[in-house]
Amino acid sequence: MTQSQGFKIRTPYLLLLPGMAFLLTFFIFPLINLAQTSTQTPVGGGDTGQYEQSLRLQNYVDAFIENREQFGRSFLYATIATILALLIAYPLAYAIAFKGGKLKNLMLVLVIAPFFTSFLLRTVAWKQILGEEGFVVPPLRTLGIISESTTLTSSAFAVVAGMTYNFLPFMTLPLYASIDRIDPRTLEASGDLYANGFTTFRKVTLPLSMPGVVAGTLLTFIPAAGDYVNAAILGSPTTKMLGNVIESRYFRIVDYPTAAALSFTLMISILILVTFYVRKAGTEELV
Amino acid sequence: MAKNPLSPEARTILNSHLSRRAVLAGAGAVAGAGALASCGIGGGGSDSSNAVRWGNWPLYLDVDDSGKKYPTLEAFTKETDIAVKYFEDYNDNDEFFGKVQAQLKIKKDIGYDLVCPTDWMAGRWIRLGYAQKFDAANIPNKSNILDTLATPSFDAKREYTLTWQGIMGGFGWNVEKNPKGIRTIEDLFSPANKGKIVVLSEMRDTVGIILLSQGVNLQTVTEDQFMNAVDFLAKKIADGWIRGVKGNEYAEDLTSGDATAVIGWSGDMFILKSENEGKFDFAVPESGGTISGDNMLIPSTATAEAKANAEKLINYYYEPAVAAEVAAYVNYVCPVKGAQAEMEKIDPELAKSEFIFPTEKMMANLNVFRSLSPTEESTWTEAFQKAAGN
Repeated sequence: MTQSQGFKIRTPYLLLLPGMAFLLTFFIFPLINLAQTSTQTPVGGGDTGQYEQSLRLQNYVDAFIENREQFGRSFLYATIATILALLIAYPLAYAIAFKGGKLKNLMLVLVIAPFFTSFLLRTVAWKQILGEEGFVVPPLRTLGIISESTTLTSSAFAVVAGMTYNFLPFMTLPLYASIDRIDPRTLEASGDLYANGFTTFRKVTLPLSMPGVVAGTLLTFIPAAGDYVNAAILGSPTTKMLGNVIESRYFRIVDYPTAAALSFTLMISILILVTFYVRKAGTEELV
Repeated sequence: MAKNPLSPEARTILNSHLSRRAVLAGAGAVAGAGALASCGIGGGGSDSSNAVRWGNWPLYLDVDDSGKKYPTLEAFTKETDIAVKYFEDYNDNDEFFGKVQAQLKIKKDIGYDLVCPTDWMAGRWIRLGYAQKFDAANIPNKSNILDTLATPSFDAKREYTLTWQGIMGGFGWNVEKNPKGIRTIEDLFSPANKGKIVVLSEMRDTVGIILLSQGVNLQTVTEDQFMNAVDFLAKKIADGWIRGVKGNEYAEDLTSGDATAVIGWSGDMFILKSENEGKFDFAVPESGGTISGDNMLIPSTATAEAKANAEKLINYYYEPAVAAEVAAYVNYVCPVKGAQAEMEKIDPELAKSEFIFPTEKMMANLNVFRSLSPTEESTWTEAFQKAAGN
């Protein structure tokens, strides 16, 4: 083996080095630290926030049982938001891909445009929109759709609406990318074979856009399940999600072990759900 | 050296929604997102031996129209030749503590010679040995502190801390929806406010006010009494009376009409009231309100020189005339005796404000929450957080 050949073999590893070093420092080490913290117990007679290593796995059971309500809520809200986002984003992406014409790029920019503003500001804006003096509540009151005492903010509705909105671009872009790649001639061929619009969609468009659907739902569901900003700003005490519990445990109660155990449990639950989902969707090779 | 400060109207516009905690609250407690504005006053930098580094809450010191210069700080530097580096980056008690704790533990400089923790957090600093005892000779003005604030249980002789500003907790309300005002907990939970009540996420204020309404003394409150009050709160939340447990975002909710009555802080309510021409009002509950404070405290890591400088700074801000100038800007309870008389000279209208200078009768009705043991702090906070849905 010549020297240059040896170098060639090493090249891929050298190229991987920066990425690996980054992951090691900012993902693997913190993860190990988190795992350690999650099994700690308070120091007897110690001050707030003082814990010692003791491998107490019961922390996980306690954390889960105590917060199962918020656990359920996190997955429920994330699922609803993902479905809503899919229902909104699919026609949108379809329209941009097939009917966008010259305006395609402009339309895509418009989809991404909200990203130019801070996530927080966009969420706070929803509070104004759904607020008593916003432009949604007064007309609904006048029409008698909601009663005088009903408010839209500080409700599950507001939280899910905020999440759907905030994650919509994550759903739209992958959908667009895969719908845009569909050859229009396949749709024409379907029509030539006497399939109606709906059958064409079911048999041709949807299957061909599945990679986008899977990628979009994952990109929406995963951050949505761990989100706490929407519930904190748009929710009430009865709509708190797991992210809020972790925040409160970590910063307010200064209970690091429970916060770490909850983070781990959330991470693993998402991982299991996602694995199951991707297997079921049968598009591993496409994602 | 009474300069002409801004009129209250102009000041409230400047302050706008940004009361002391608003910066943090608006961010929904997104840790670490705080503004890191810092400002060096005077000639020397941080390396100068004649300097002091002060970390304080945002918008908590008189500032000139340009928003860059702090008149009282500049006057201090002129008077003493001590340069002050002023950092507005104390955004959250827990967050700040988390940031500097590791350095305090190994006795490494934390970058501040003066910090501003709230009572309970100051108590934690003292317990852990992270605070330095004042040299009383350097702070003769210490005796100017208001009697109500002079002997808190976390620092009974005020050996480690002096109050920077006092914070009154009480009822705030929308005048139109509560024409008779809110003076008792029954008024707060009147049917007109159902589903439109917001209470503070600061446990000691919210639960404190409930406890007082149940006739419990905050200096001797027991765990059973506390848990009983938390149950009351949890029930009100479950029954749909309370729409939120928040930091000072409650001010936004009042303005937008989403909330009609709150347990809130005097400083925020002062701003809301003057911004909205009397649409809102504030009162200390008949059964008693709470008073707490943010405290000037010298970290254990400050050098002897920096400590002496910090003490001179503390002493300076306990001069009634200086305290009055600060009070004219920040709207919280001024902790310094004699400042009211000085305020007469600057702004007679403001000198009458009960938000800044509570009357003796009001003062008598304000209560300080006793300090908690570490175990109590954990279990009580946990119970409160759970009631708030977390």
